[in-house]
Amino acid sequence: MKASKVAQYGLITALALVLSYLESLLPPLGVPGVKLGLPNLAVVFALYRLSWKDAWVTSLVRVALVALLFGNGASLAYSAAGAALSLIVMGLLWKTGKFSSVGVSVAGGVAHNAGQILVAMALLETSRLAWYLPVLWISGTVAGVLVGVVSGVLVKRVPEKK
Amino acid sequence: MNWLKTHRNDVLLIAVLLILGGALALFLYITRQAGGYVSVRVDGELLMELPLREDTQIVLGEEEHTNTLVIENGTARVVEASCPDQICVNQGAVRYAGESIVCLPHKLVVTVEGGQANDVDAATR
Ligand SMILES: [Zn+2]
Repeated sequence: MKASKVAQYGLITALALVLSYLESLLPPLGVPGVKLGLPNLAVVFALYRLSWKDAWVTSLVRVALVALLFGNGASLAYSAAGAALSLIVMGLLWKTGKFSSVGVSVAGGVAHNAGQILVAMALLETSRLAWYLPVLWISGTVAGVLVGVVSGVLVKRVPEKK
Repeated sequence: MNWLKTHRNDVLLIAVLLILGGALALFLYITRQAGGYVSVRVDGELLMELPLREDTQIVLGEEEHTNTLVIENGTARVVEASCPDQICVNQGAVRYAGESIVCLPHKLVVTVEGGQANDVDAATR
């Protein structure tokens, strides 16, 4: 691994951590442990700046770090499910080449929240949480636009590896 | 407006997702039913069922793990809890079938259920 790539990984991981911390300060969305998905910014950045594989690595590192630093069992399960589903959806859209970081991260944001709520339904053994799905769906879309715009700017502004 | 032109697919995708989300919300809103009773589950196990028609106050759990559930005017809410996050308290009142209050630290789920209590009522009328 080149030193420049290590530096990029460092930057991305730091970004994911800061955003996870910010997110841990926000009130939860109806269901305890369910998060907005701001750290997705780091994953989208990795996807557009580096590669599909690097996005997976970023996502794994993020889930692990968040679990270690801010999490408990349930929030780990939620964030892992959310991250995996969002990554798959984002990867598929990204591969079509038809969407910018905005479209990709919006779909990722919605998938992230849907994944979390599905796991919450399974863990709490109740299908009643379906009620929160539209709330999380819309907030996932809004967060996705935000994440997509900011990561698009970052991809443009942060200097490329030499 | 240049951005809109170059990002037509993104805008379309966002619009479709918002419409789907709105449709989902609308569907749940239209199909909602007033609740008949609440079920109280701890760790997935049904503890009790309380009719929403009867105002009552009950302390769930024991010692340091308590949630005080109040049923009033056909709504249920947790007014006091010893959990660290207080999310169940901040969640407010629920009244429609399918709504629930969750206290993850205490593994408590209070869910509003439709019918039943009303059915008994109708039969005796
Ligand atoms: Zn609680």
